[in-house]
Amino acid sequence: MEDKKFWKSSRQIYRTLIVICAVLVIISILAIYFVNGEESNVQDTNIEYSALPDNDDPNRIVDGIHVRTGLVEAEGLMAVVNNCTNCHSAELVIQNRMNKERWISTIRWMQKTQNLWDLGDNEEIIVDYLVTNYPPVEKGRREALTDIDWYQLKD
Amino acid sequence: MQRRTFVKKATLSSMAGLIGAEVVFGNLMPKGYRPLALQDPDPFKMFDKDPEMVVLNSKPWNMEARAHLLDDKVTPNKFMFIRNNGIIPEKIDVQNWTLTIDGESVNKAKTYSLGELKSKFKHHTYQLTLECGGNGRSEFDPPAKGNQWTIGAVSCANWTGIRLRDILEDVGIKNDAVYVGYHGADIHLSRDPNKEPISRGAPMQKALQDETLLAFKMNGKDIPLAHGYPLRLVAGGWPASVSGKWINRISIRNIEHDGEKMGGSSYRIPCKPVAPGEKVKDEDMCVIESMPVKSLITYPRSGATFSKSKSLNIRGHAWAGELEVSKMEYSIDFGSTWSPCTLEKPANRLAWQHFSAQIRFPEVGYYEVWARATDSQGKAQPMLLPGWNPKGYLNNACHRIAVKVT
Repeated sequence: MEDKKFWKSSRQIYRTLIVICAVLVIISILAIYFVNGEESNVQDTNIEYSALPDNDDPNRIVDGIHVRTGLVEAEGLMAVVNNCTNCHSAELVIQNRMNKERWISTIRWMQKTQNLWDLGDNEEIIVDYLVTNYPPVEKGRREALTDIDWYQLKD
Repeated sequence: MQRRTFVKKATLSSMAGLIGAEVVFGNLMPKGYRPLALQDPDPFKMFDKDPEMVVLNSKPWNMEARAHLLDDKVTPNKFMFIRNNGIIPEKIDVQNWTLTIDGESVNKAKTYSLGELKSKFKHHTYQLTLECGGNGRSEFDPPAKGNQWTIGAVSCANWTGIRLRDILEDVGIKNDAVYVGYHGADIHLSRDPNKEPISRGAPMQKALQDETLLAFKMNGKDIPLAHGYPLRLVAGGWPASVSGKWINRISIRNIEHDGEKMGGSSYRIPCKPVAPGEKVKDEDMCVIESMPVKSLITYPRSGATFSKSKSLNIRGHAWAGELEVSKMEYSIDFGSTWSPCTLEKPANRLAWQHFSAQIRFPEVGYYEVWARATDSQGKAQPMLLPGWNPKGYLNNACHRIAVKVT
């Protein structure tokens, strides 16, 4: 008797659930339909929204440059990306030109004051990458003006 | 299509979900702006800067002007360089912002609310030159470590606030006070809460000057977030790193302040001149105080071409740290001869001075216009790079522009 009553009420709950789920599915389909409809009406009127690039690979290389960081593709690239771009941007690496000794002392300074970890075997790989791809350029005591953007002066 | 819809519908928090971190400047993000991880960073919108400004570093944010952008007599925010050592504070609660004055040399530490600071003390406005100690670093050889500033890490805005001296008098400081050291709310790049990105300061003599302010306004408005909102120490004429941002504590020290970036090679130069590239021991380095004499041609932009029948009007600014500029000259023959410029007096002490000149050229051809300022003690800008130092500070070599007469 008790069992039968329980079974009956369970079936009622089960039926109710099916109805609720069905209603939710219909509402969801309608919602997607209307939202997309609205989207297609306003589409391309706001140029601030553009599609994200199709290629989502965070380590994409284009023309020899690691797109995400701007670093040159060469041996040791990922060691530099993984160890040197967590706290600061790669721009800081790229704009600095040092020899091996000064890079190592910079790494020691970062380890002492900036919470940089022990780089282990990667240290040599990183320093080699930096001195090979971003070597110091001799500038002398004053460089010539270059890249002058000539224009007609209006008065 | 689906992705576009998704991004469009995304709220700040769902963007945070996408990126996997909180959107730091969420409250500053212009409508329709997609944050860093979702598109190329647009710091120009984020910081309300002119798109011609140059980003040197996106973490931490460092951005400089170009000479022709600095043509205004009073630098507006859009052309003001940004130099950050750490991460900009992520939550600023102005209602509960306080400033504590403590240290070995205060009688008793005291804390003020922002409201108290504004209501209790008299307000002063000064136009103050702030130049990054490393402005011009990119020219040093051998190259010096750090952001490779060219010429644009200088500004001269109007700052409004209260005199640091007035607060220190209110707190009461001991006779053995030698230095003030600031502490700000910015975050260390490693996000280690026990580390400060920068904590510098100035000797008492500088701290007690009329023009040394705890500022809450820049050019008449709340200080922009990137420049220290809601409270900034402003000490014109000294390396801009003395002018600490997001200030919440000032320690009155009985020693030279020993906070972050006060030691080692930071903002310090060899006490005695060294050869280029020479190693210098920490104990042989001295803290930079006043910035050297310097000038910038802000009009015309380099590259001007014009007819020989016309004369060229140039103008710009000159400044000399703690001193005044007493003479301004230009040369069109690489320093063989110098001609005087008209030089205005500063709006107040420690403000840059404006200069102008009208130049006639003898022949058609390529010229460089070089500008040279001389300070009130007779020191002039060098045409070559000044003394090399390990971190490449204090490059005050003459600025020049290229012109072509046709």
